[in-house]
Amino acid sequence: MTGVPLSAYLVLALVLFCIGLYGALTKRNAVIVLISIELMLNAANINLVAFSKFGVTPSITGQVFSLFTITIAAAEAAVGLAILMSLYRNRKTVNVDEMDIMKH
Amino acid sequence: MMENAWLIPIFPLVTFLVLLLSGGRLRERGAYIGIIFTLASFVLSVLALVERLTAPTYKTTMDWLSIGGTQLTAGFEINQLNALMLVIVSFVSLLVQIYSLGYMKGEERFSTFYAYLGFFTFAMLGLVMAPNLVQLYFFWELVGVGSFLLIGFYFYRQEAKDAAKKAFIMTRIGDVGLLIGIILLFWETGSFEYEEIFQAVQAGVIPDGSITLIAILIFIGAVGKSGQFPLHTWLPDAMEGPTPVSALIHAATMVAAGVYLVATMFPLFLASDAAMQVVAVTGGFTAIFAASIATVQKDIKRVLAYSTISQLGFMMLALGTAGYVAGVFHLMTHAFFKALLFLAAGSVIHAIHTQDIERMGGLWGRLKWTGPLFLAGTLAISGFPLLSGFFSKDEILMAAWANGNYFLFSLAVITSFLTAFYMFRLFFMIFAGESRIQAEQVKESPAIMLLPMLVLGILAVVGGYIQTPWFGTFLGEWLVEGNEAVLGSGHSEGPVWIMLLAVLIALAGIFLAYMIYAKTKLPREWLVKKDSTLYRILENKFYIDEIYYFTIVQLIKGIGLFLSYVERFIIGGLVTTVTGSIEGLGKIGSKLQSGQVQQYGMIAFLGLAVLLVIFALTGGYLR
Repeated sequence: MTGVPLSAYLVLALVLFCIGLYGALTKRNAVIVLISIELMLNAANINLVAFSKFGVTPSITGQVFSLFTITIAAAEAAVGLAILMSLYRNRKTVNVDEMDIMKH
Repeated sequence: MMENAWLIPIFPLVTFLVLLLSGGRLRERGAYIGIIFTLASFVLSVLALVERLTAPTYKTTMDWLSIGGTQLTAGFEINQLNALMLVIVSFVSLLVQIYSLGYMKGEERFSTFYAYLGFFTFAMLGLVMAPNLVQLYFFWELVGVGSFLLIGFYFYRQEAKDAAKKAFIMTRIGDVGLLIGIILLFWETGSFEYEEIFQAVQAGVIPDGSITLIAILIFIGAVGKSGQFPLHTWLPDAMEGPTPVSALIHAATMVAAGVYLVATMFPLFLASDAAMQVVAVTGGFTAIFAASIATVQKDIKRVLAYSTISQLGFMMLALGTAGYVAGVFHLMTHAFFKALLFLAAGSVIHAIHTQDIERMGGLWGRLKWTGPLFLAGTLAISGFPLLSGFFSKDEILMAAWANGNYFLFSLAVITSFLTAFYMFRLFFMIFAGESRIQAEQVKESPAIMLLPMLVLGILAVVGGYIQTPWFGTFLGEWLVEGNEAVLGSGHSEGPVWIMLLAVLIALAGIFLAYMIYAKTKLPREWLVKKDSTLYRILENKFYIDEIYYFTIVQLIKGIGLFLSYVERFIIGGLVTTVTGSIEGLGKIGSKLQSGQVQQYGMIAFLGLAVLLVIFALTGGYLR
């Protein structure tokens, strides 16, 4: 456990975040976009846990916060999926490109 | 009474406002309002005149504006000339309004007509009472507006519309001259008040060149209003207005405003020989020029219009040859007999519904009142002995002779002959010879129209006796009283043969017209062949309208076309460029808002990345 340095966690988080960001910005399918957003959230969680162990003042608070974040992310995913469902029922599509009715 | 003289123009203004605000609901009752108020004006004018006969000039002013050290005043003045003009204007206006009750019967816009008449009367009375040039100019323009409204009264007829516009524009050309003259005068003397200006002129403060220039500019204003050559072309066209209007505006009042202006500014004109020459020559030329046109015209009102121009030329000639009294005297007698002639012409038109004298004839027995009245006016204007026109025309001839200008004198004599000839040509063509119209169609006008004509007829006959070489020169002495040094004596002395010559000339003209048009002893083509060049030139009024059309109008149109292209392409192009670029910017901006959330996210991310790069490079410090 002690062999793995902080930077490895941070790099893992960075890689995960970048993959998530890339997916969120480029994918056409709204479900994939939602999954990508989950990836970015979890990258943040990894950062929180890593800093709670290796930070300047290690404390359990970081892990508690990450639990909160996971909870909130679950709720947010539920809401996101619900919106997506109703959108699909109305528009018969999950393509993000076609969801531009708020432009004016 | 003179303290309350300011009420004189107020009464017609009240008429105008009441009739305007009632919006035509009063119909024919509007006429009675107009007549009663004008009657009040007339009574006040007469009272003011009677009082002015003995009392000195009354003048009152109040400060209107003060700009720097300059005080602009407003007020009114009752001197001899003003008092006389007030009576003439309000009197003719009153008679014309009474006459119109009959003439305009059945007219849809009856009260509008009286509203306009009231407005015009107000402006004209205000004009003659003005004590300074600013106020004069103010009312001068109002008179122009009133004339525009009245000429264009039948605005649904294209000719009337055009005539109104023409009158307005032509007089406006003169007004510009007047305005420049007033400004120059203010520049030289620092005052708009008549008295101060005349004092400055007499003290020799103003350089001679400036006086001449100013006097000529002011005269240009008079040329426009009084229909003198070369700005005369609007006056014959103005006959498109109702006939009572022609009698009021284009015989007695508005066209006399130009003569009044020259008479008022007479001391200024006297100070410059060149300006006097210009006035006299313009007047003399206009007199003979218009008289020659009048000899061949076929429209009854047009003949009278050219006759008016010619007579106004006479007045200008008199003023230009230092015959102040002669000019004003003729202005007064002319107002009476020309108003009478126009009203009588209106009565003829009313009876037979045509203005073409070729289609008239033999009306003497049918129009028992109009005929003799028309004859009285015709005799008066022709200078028949012992009628009003005889005395005033005589005075003018004397003035021209006394001035030593024999060329202008002979012009005036020839014009007298032409006047007698064309007026009796008109008279005989209407009243003598075979009847060309069915008897039952001809009806004498109602009494309401005959009464004003009768009053004017009496005045046309006896109006001259206030200034005769035999019974005293009352008018002249009164007019120049207290001002003899400037205005000259009250009567021009001249050899007796001038009067005899005038009589002979008038009789010769009448006789010639009688031989040609009444007796038909001489063929109509005795003097000038119908298809000759001279005849055609005269019939087409010396082609003045055409010349104006092909030179000035086309030039202005060309400039207008050029400017419209400037407007359309240069100014319009600029505006389009500005609007186009703004619109383009807006389009680019709206493209940014695509509604694609992913694009927004991408841009936000890129922006963050750029910020981070900058942050990394600068280390967080802005330098």
